[in-house]
Amino acid sequence: MDTSTDKTEILNGAEFLIKESTLQDTFTPEDFSEEQIMIQETVQEFNKAEVFSNTAKIEKQENNIAATLLEKFGELGLLGTHMPEEYGGMDMDFNTNTIIGEAVGPSGSFSVAYNAHTGIGMLPILYFGTDTQKEKYLPKLITGEFKASYCLTEPSSGSDALSAKASAVLSDDGQHYILNGQKMWITNAGFADIFTVFAQVDGDKFTGFIVERGLEGLSFGEEEAKLGIKGSSTRMVFMENVKVPVENLLGEIGKGHHIAFNVLNTGRFKLGASVLGGSKMATEVSIAYANERQQFKTPISKFGAIQHKIAEMGVQNFLSESALYRTSHFINEKIKDLKAKGESYSGAKLKAAEEYALECSIIKILGSEVLDYCVDEGVQIHGGMGYSEEGVIARAYRDSRINRIFEGTNEINRMVIINTLLKKAMKGQLDIVTPALAVQSELQSQTTDTRIFDEPYGRQKQSVANFKKVLLMILGSAAKLAMEGKLDLKKEQELLMNMADIVIDIFSVESAIIRAGKIKNEKTEKVNTEIYADMINLLTYEASHKIYKNALDAMASFVSENDQEDYIKGFRIFTKYPIQNVKKLRRNIAEVMIGEGAYCF
Amino acid sequence: MKILVCITKTPETTAKIAFTDGNKEFNKDGVQYIMNPYDEWYALVRALELKEANGGTVTVLNVGDSSNDIIIRKGLALGADDAVRIDTDALSAYQTAAQISAYASDKSYDLIFLGKESIDYNGSEVGGLLAEMLSLPYVSYVSHLEVSGGVSTVSRDIEGGVEVSEVSGPFVLSAAKGLAEQRIANMKGIMMSKRKPLTVVPPADVENPVEVVSYTLPEGKSGVKMIAPDDMQELVRLLHEEAKVI
Repeated sequence: MDTSTDKTEILNGAEFLIKESTLQDTFTPEDFSEEQIMIQETVQEFNKAEVFSNTAKIEKQENNIAATLLEKFGELGLLGTHMPEEYGGMDMDFNTNTIIGEAVGPSGSFSVAYNAHTGIGMLPILYFGTDTQKEKYLPKLITGEFKASYCLTEPSSGSDALSAKASAVLSDDGQHYILNGQKMWITNAGFADIFTVFAQVDGDKFTGFIVERGLEGLSFGEEEAKLGIKGSSTRMVFMENVKVPVENLLGEIGKGHHIAFNVLNTGRFKLGASVLGGSKMATEVSIAYANERQQFKTPISKFGAIQHKIAEMGVQNFLSESALYRTSHFINEKIKDLKAKGESYSGAKLKAAEEYALECSIIKILGSEVLDYCVDEGVQIHGGMGYSEEGVIARAYRDSRINRIFEGTNEINRMVIINTLLKKAMKGQLDIVTPALAVQSELQSQTTDTRIFDEPYGRQKQSVANFKKVLLMILGSAAKLAMEGKLDLKKEQELLMNMADIVIDIFSVESAIIRAGKIKNEKTEKVNTEIYADMINLLTYEASHKIYKNALDAMASFVSENDQEDYIKGFRIFTKYPIQNVKKLRRNIAEVMIGEGAYCF
Repeated sequence: MKILVCITKTPETTAKIAFTDGNKEFNKDGVQYIMNPYDEWYALVRALELKEANGGTVTVLNVGDSSNDIIIRKGLALGADDAVRIDTDALSAYQTAAQISAYASDKSYDLIFLGKESIDYNGSEVGGLLAEMLSLPYVSYVSHLEVSGGVSTVSRDIEGGVEVSEVSGPFVLSAAKGLAEQRIANMKGIMMSKRKPLTVVPPADVENPVEVVSYTLPEGKSGVKMIAPDDMQELVRLLHEEAKVI
């Protein structure tokens, strides 16, 4: 199933920072096809019929209900939508899988089981498995007969995954690898049949293995008592002389990091889709409460302080959503392009996700932080009721927190953003030198580019183009100092965080502007384009201030006081944006959402 | 068995209800539509079960414009073999029944299913009118149906009990809760649905003798009044003077 528009040129990973995007250069919820809407409805109906009505049972993990739900999901064909037809999958395009991922999001703990199974659980076998391994495991994973799990983290190795201590030693007869060690925080461990386990062969060759449940020496800890996602099975996995057949070696010896990191790219993206579903639900629940709850004989949704929160939920969801589907489009197009060039099914998917590793990290960070905002302010809107387990929002608040931690903490992901950027620049895949020099000469010539783009939201596009210059100023200087040995970026995590935040703001605001422009160009009678203009104004204005502050903090950390003036001047010019009546903008946005009773953009 | 299932669309249950044109028209702006649940969950699913057990075909039929196609495709995704859309707006129960009758009269359906009512206007009228126009028996509010050797055994819920009837030959029935259980369209069904035929037929020359003059929304709920447990007099006063129930 192909849902994309006809076009050949697509931005490569990170290129958005040095190139402009066209209005066609994205995929948005407005582009969903009839089939995609039907697929989305199927997941929503499943949530209503099977998940929401069983919340209490799911939270208590009664009768392994998460496993049963996965099987039912498999019966509907929803566990193999991203898998090749030859193994029983549906081979749907990447965009459709993003839609499914988002639709699963509101299901809380079930979405965690689903993501672990279909993402980090199944993908190692699809990407790195031999034909025999694929034939043996994928069909059963697609139907749901087998459930999958991914075992990377250990008690002493989390973010520093490659320092894992678990060991694998080839048996004397050469038939087995003998695995020893322990894995921690393993999702789906309580019921999974297949475990992708990482261990060091001969002490230092980080390697992946497919380990089946039931092997002698494989045992599990008790269910962890967690802050949230209580319905998701999380246990320790212990390996004591587990004899894993040599044919279950996954990929090559010593190449486990390829599996671990590449699978995480897709895993992060999938998580981003899932949390968007969650944040939209938290928004809807909160608006419903604000409309219902009366204080001082007035529904609290009429109060400005509450409207501020609702409007923020709206614009932040819009940011996250626009960025998610734009990235989805990039990956979707890249997969097609790679396949057309002769790349294999799994190779194309793997390389496309790798190409957009930076964007996948943005999606993960942005989505999980938007969700945290929505559940946090959602509890606040609910007041005392928000603190009660009677309502949905308390559970959503607890469930949300893990998303900033797993699939690479948001801090690790921020470092991935800048490291990927610098690596691409070093490899010559991304020319940041030419545009950085152009910024320098623009500042020196004092003839700042002030032309307004001749297209919808041209003023805001111009601002985003200038935001990119701010990043280039800092990144260029920092990279230069690093190359001269005067700045060790590994020891400057605060600087990396600042720069990553600027990158996230640029990508997300640009995605929102492109989408709003597309809506304006293709507008139908029913679309209220003014509200999109309000959102874009608000987002660009807010971003200009955030970027200015992040730029100052970043710069001041490595530029001496005497040399700061030019930077400050540049930051001021490039983050200039007319002062907005944000109160009015937010009230307009909130009014539409309160009327619709949901996130409705 | 040759089965026809008549399906309609209704506003999604959380849609805001408002009227335009001097309260004569439902305001469709921004309204999301779904397949009427009685048509989908009970009528269509039971029809599909009968087809799966006995063989035959299930056709879904809708009276409406092309914006209804996504609802019709869902019927196909759930398992109907083909679909027909009579290309005109459904204006009243009489006109809708007359359109369906004009189409179905020469098709020799063994069974014609409808939901017991649509969840928007709740008329429960089309089934009876259609049966009359086709000169077929009609059983309404069916909660159980078995078919064997051309005879259908039909249960319908009546006040305080259940009525069981036998019907020989073709008939029209309206489906109530209990007749079947909701099915969720699976991925194969959805992908197949676009390959199944959806025939658009021109409307028959049917007059619409019924015109809605106006709609009125129910009055909003008044707020809850809290009365102190020991203030019985105030409770009595409010029940008497405001609620006027005592």
